[in-house]
Amino acid sequence: MTEAFIYDTVRTPRGKGRSDGSLHEITPVQLATQVLEGVRDRNNLDTSKVDDVAFGCVSPVGEQGAVITRAAVLQAGYSQTAPAIQVNRFCASGLEAVNIATAKVKSGEADLTIGGGVEHMSRVPMGSDGGALATDPAVAFKSYFVPQGIAADLIASKYGHTRDDVDAYAVESQKRASKAQSEGRFKNSILPVRDVIGETVLDHDETIRPGTDMQSLGALKPSFAMMGENFGFDGVALQRYPELEKVNHVHHAGNSSGIVDGAAAVLIGNKESGVRHQLKPRARIVAAASVGSEPTIMLTGPEFAAKKVLERAGMTKDDIDIWELNEAFASVVLRFMDAMDIDHGDINVCGGAIAMGHPLGATGAMITGVVLDELERTGKSTALVTLCIGGGMGTATIIERV
Amino acid sequence: MSYKTLTLELDEDGIALVTIDLPDQSMNVWNGELLEDFSNVVDKIVEDDAIKGAVITSGKESGFMAGADLRMLGGTGSTKSGSPNSGSTDKGALFEQLFTMNKMFRKLETGGHTAKEMTKGGKTAKPVAAAVNGLALGGGLELVLACHYKVVSDNPKVQFGVPEVQVGLLPGGGGTQRIPRLAGLQNAAMMATQGKPIDSKTAQAYKLIDEIVPHDQIITKAKEWVKANPKVTQPWDKKGFKFPGGGGAMDPRSVQFFVAASAMAQDKTSHNYPAIESILSCMYEGSIVPFDTAIRIESKYFTKLIADPQSRNMIRTLFINKQAAEKGEQRPEGVAKTNLKKVGVLGAGMMGAGIAYITAKAGMEVVLIDRDQDYAEKGKAYSQKIVEKGVKRGKVSKEKGEGLLARITPSTDYDLLKDVDLIIEAVFEDPDVKADVIKKTEAVIKKDVIFASNTSTLPITGLAKNSSRADQFIGIHFFSPVDKMPLVEIIPGDLSGDRSLATALDYVAKIKKTPIVVKDTRGFYTNRVVPPYLNEAMLMIKEGVAPALIDNCAKLLGMPVGPLALTDETSLELGYMLMQSTKKELGKDYRPNGTEEMLEKMVIELGRKGRKSGGGFYEYPEDGGKKYLWPGLSDHFPLADDQPSADDVKERLMYAQLIPAAQCFAEGIVFDPQSADLGAIFGWGFAPWTGGPMSHIDTIGVENFVRTAESMAQRYGERFNPPNLFREMAQKGETLYKAA
Repeated sequence: MTEAFIYDTVRTPRGKGRSDGSLHEITPVQLATQVLEGVRDRNNLDTSKVDDVAFGCVSPVGEQGAVITRAAVLQAGYSQTAPAIQVNRFCASGLEAVNIATAKVKSGEADLTIGGGVEHMSRVPMGSDGGALATDPAVAFKSYFVPQGIAADLIASKYGHTRDDVDAYAVESQKRASKAQSEGRFKNSILPVRDVIGETVLDHDETIRPGTDMQSLGALKPSFAMMGENFGFDGVALQRYPELEKVNHVHHAGNSSGIVDGAAAVLIGNKESGVRHQLKPRARIVAAASVGSEPTIMLTGPEFAAKKVLERAGMTKDDIDIWELNEAFASVVLRFMDAMDIDHGDINVCGGAIAMGHPLGATGAMITGVVLDELERTGKSTALVTLCIGGGMGTATIIERV
Repeated sequence: MSYKTLTLELDEDGIALVTIDLPDQSMNVWNGELLEDFSNVVDKIVEDDAIKGAVITSGKESGFMAGADLRMLGGTGSTKSGSPNSGSTDKGALFEQLFTMNKMFRKLETGGHTAKEMTKGGKTAKPVAAAVNGLALGGGLELVLACHYKVVSDNPKVQFGVPEVQVGLLPGGGGTQRIPRLAGLQNAAMMATQGKPIDSKTAQAYKLIDEIVPHDQIITKAKEWVKANPKVTQPWDKKGFKFPGGGGAMDPRSVQFFVAASAMAQDKTSHNYPAIESILSCMYEGSIVPFDTAIRIESKYFTKLIADPQSRNMIRTLFINKQAAEKGEQRPEGVAKTNLKKVGVLGAGMMGAGIAYITAKAGMEVVLIDRDQDYAEKGKAYSQKIVEKGVKRGKVSKEKGEGLLARITPSTDYDLLKDVDLIIEAVFEDPDVKADVIKKTEAVIKKDVIFASNTSTLPITGLAKNSSRADQFIGIHFFSPVDKMPLVEIIPGDLSGDRSLATALDYVAKIKKTPIVVKDTRGFYTNRVVPPYLNEAMLMIKEGVAPALIDNCAKLLGMPVGPLALTDETSLELGYMLMQSTKKELGKDYRPNGTEEMLEKMVIELGRKGRKSGGGFYEYPEDGGKKYLWPGLSDHFPLADDQPSADDVKERLMYAQLIPAAQCFAEGIVFDPQSADLGAIFGWGFAPWTGGPMSHIDTIGVENFVRTAESMAQRYGERFNPPNLFREMAQKGETLYKAA
């Protein structure tokens, strides 16, 4: 099988996902367009040689609908011969898009591809696409559907994470993100976003709160308690986990991933493509895997995805130098560290979505870039990137510097 | 054409007045005859050019229409209940049969035109108005909603509702489609998933009805509207129709609603009632498609529910058999109906006070006797408390409440009993005390008065020995709290005559409770089944099963509370005392059930006596906060490393009730499956969705029941062995209920 390499990673900064966020005035297709322009210009790509562009997008409706990737490819002035696809695997869409782009290269279908994603959450809110999973009563009943926040609280209840545990994790995430930002660790991949007159509107991740401590988090009320108790979700969760007496609501805005706007792209190709464009491969994509897991607790998939991808790669957890698990909720990471027996020092070393936000469709591609930059900075070799996914899934990818 | 169930009169304006009036019935209901007649009427209205429009009304004082004849629906479903694949019904044919009502209503509102002819071709229907004189429920309301205009009497008793969910069904005559299109999805879902009726004002606010007018003007007003509106179409047959309060299921505003509605429904019903899920599905799916597709979808879900044994079980037990029992099915023939005006209640403790309350509430005079005037007064004060609460909450008028209280006379004077029509004795459970009271009472009461004892532990035949008129002596066993618990066990002793049974049943009918007649044995029926069930939960604790898993699994089965919480309510201390007294009574014949040490440890050593004594398996916060499991429990009964699956725990809790109930049936303690089912559901809250333990055994199949019980006996102990009668039934392929 052909080897696939990462040649470059670019991303927009993550803008606060509200109407007063810096990226709110920029259209989603512009965010996608600017990362595609960036990856082309930084690498002097002959875009007629791009065999496919796959972007994740979780709410592909309205201005994110109708294969936004193709719109962005055309808008960026790529050769019309470059096709495009939009991918949705909920929160892992960006990583799945990278994996699809990789698979096309590995299988020999393509020589040069781009994986990535875009989500403009301030303009196309989460859930805008409705969908059977949560809405159709037949599906909701059969799968014991609960919203993700309830699922995260269910993880905390089942595995005994206290409010202090999840808050302490969040404080550390802020601390790491703040440090990484001030040390300029994100500079290599971040592409400032410009407006229609060419002015920069944002050049850094907007939501980091360096001063976060246990006291400030302690003042926040649990976000999902009212919903869980008043709308029956706690009851549904307990019907699936009857060994628990109750759902302990510990998550809030401060220890859950933030709502942000952003886009990212990863340039992937075989050896020949790199030679043709005179590019140096930065990493080899070793293996990728996705799994389904129990849908009510929903967010425990990364453990199983990680185990599966390690096995497929013929590796063990000791072969991984840095772990990157999307910080959807603090309990997701706490559970993963427990289940995999991973030291906190080896995972999410630059902080994560609790501090910087989770632009759903883009995050997987973004954190692939973050962890690759970090491997290079620290001189380490191998990383495993994974995300928990709505509906009970997990996706994981292993990369190795070359 | 002649009709059996309705009349059709055409006036000079060409308006047909259709008056539904079922012969020999106090209330209009949809049955085969009415369906046939009404279908012909619809054809006539649509096809007869002399008819310009129509008004539909009812000829019954009692109301417009109460829905469908449950007997008809109950008999439509699968008949081979015992086989695992009970889908013996041809569902396609059943669908065609059940779709006829929707088709008929649709023809009435469209005038036989297609949706396209109406939205694009400008076709209209002849106007049809409903003149609603009284309550319209289920299929009655659905008929009203298929009319273009609804005029309703201002009688405050008029009610509208779709209660089908209460028997495991959905409103299958367009109710899941027309209600949301008029009232919005949220109001519609509430009405249809809860089944509770609404009054006219609310119905008008929901846009289900158009006009409320004086009672005697409904037909005039309806005709006026028909005359003034010769060409009509329903809102959903107009171009650009939109759901009130937001679009159909694909509207973003509906997403939140459906997500929450599904969760709340699951939370409340633990996946035990497919009807609720089907109703939500009908509304979700039906709101995305055109009306004609929507009613087909509704009829398909309706077919699915009817073909499932659940609705048949629920209809049979919760309605047909319940009503039969309440109407005195067990009442001996040839005994004249008693006219009970005054009842003597002996003993003003908790039970006596409750009995006095419900008796006075039912309009009877009560003499409440205790040996101490203070006690007697305290007994009456119990009624006063309930009445005051009711008045405060607006549930009872002040006059009615005062009238009720005035009917209770607390006293120590037995002479006041000289003109009562019935005695109910509820004194201390001591044979000597009871003997004394019986003698004192019989000395003053009229010679023909029936004497009923509310004992829960002492055999009636034994007590009757103290009576000089044993043929007039009987047991009426109430449950606590008397005013809330719907079941009453009636226990004829060996010598009880027909008149005592008839009188007891007449009394229970007056207080509007559900009676079952049971054999005179220790514990009667319900108290034979509940203790082994509660014991099973304690045995699981002893084995190290997580207590939350036990109580949650009971709730998953559809029990109102878990067995550990129930044990706390009835008190562990009482369980301990009963165990001690039984041990003493039986001596070496006592057979341990495995919970003895545990009860002793909880009650004596740890002081965990139950809810009223500071906590048992649960802690009860003094500030009234939610109860939670006593954290100390696992110190004394450590959790096992390997926990059983929820399915195993559920099965064990279910069979811990099914087996003793089956034993009671096999031993003739309950005389028929009907009584066993009624007693279980209304006595201790056995999962109503099953239709009761006997219905449930039929549904899972007697053979399957026997096999499962035998395998459980091997795993958990001999107490799970099925009675021989059931083994024999399994061999012969018999069922408890005869096939419908």
